[in-house]
Amino acid sequence: MKKKVKVYVSLKQGVLDPQGKTIESSLHSLGFKEAANVRVGKVIEFEIAESADLENQIHDMCKKLLANPVMEDYRFEVEEVVRP
Amino acid sequence: MKFAVIVFPGSNCDRDMHYAVKDVLGAEAEFVWYEDECDLEKYDGILIPGGFSYGDYLRSGAIAATAEIMEQVKEQAEKGKPVLGVCNGFQILTEAGLLPGALMRNKDLSFICRNQRLVVENNETMFTSQYGKGQVVQFPIAHGEGNYFCDEDTLAELKRNNQIVFTYESNPNGSVENIAGIVNKEGNVLGMMPHPERAVDKWLGSEDGIRLFQSILENWRKTYVAN
Repeated sequence: MKKKVKVYVSLKQGVLDPQGKTIESSLHSLGFKEAANVRVGKVIEFEIAESADLENQIHDMCKKLLANPVMEDYRFEVEEVVRP
Repeated sequence: MKFAVIVFPGSNCDRDMHYAVKDVLGAEAEFVWYEDECDLEKYDGILIPGGFSYGDYLRSGAIAATAEIMEQVKEQAEKGKPVLGVCNGFQILTEAGLLPGALMRNKDLSFICRNQRLVVENNETMFTSQYGKGQVVQFPIAHGEGNYFCDEDTLAELKRNNQIVFTYESNPNGSVENIAGIVNKEGNVLGMMPHPERAVDKWLGSEDGIRLFQSILENWRKTYVAN
């Protein structure tokens, strides 16, 4: 059985996110004054065969490549693969 | 002395680097395409040039850092050979774990391309022995992601071990402590955002970069060539 993995990577709290700041000020200039603490991240999706060790495998992938632990945090979700 | 200039898809300062060590310094230099069969053992120094390897996909330097040739670079670095990474080369070295910290987007998001004045903080490395301590030099910078970041413990260790080699006289990109270039603890791996290889002739606007390459050559001669 295949699983679908979604990895969310974001800059660590406390690390300045200039892109987020710029988007925030654009939102404000469009009138969305309520928007605060805008942060930009990325989502990486892939499919992978189910295994008992899946979570550890994903952690390993994140630490070795998908996220840079010096400046980024990550979290992930594992879902069923849904074909349209 | 023979240098390898490692070329990845998207490297674009490889010829500048080759020109600096071959034509200006007078050493031997060869391009090494990242996926060619090659034994880096036959080179005395390894140069990782700037550019946009793999289009900066994922994070700048992240994909190149996983290339097989980087395992060889690590082996040669462990043997004490000089390894210099400039700009994208610096990003690759941090991503590969050869240097601590990371390079983030410039603080104001802009790509900065201009001449930059730097301070030589440590002139006791194999890369900077031909400079004076505190000497101000001018190298070009050309990067969008040169904002050096590391946690406080790492920064304290960099300071304790005198690993900060170059700082910006005025900070262009938000780097912690104005850091422009660092060495590893052992002192044989240097990563820096500014381009010494583009500052090797008066007509380039500065020839301050020559001394960096001369330092490498001088130290190699002292270590490996019998008097």
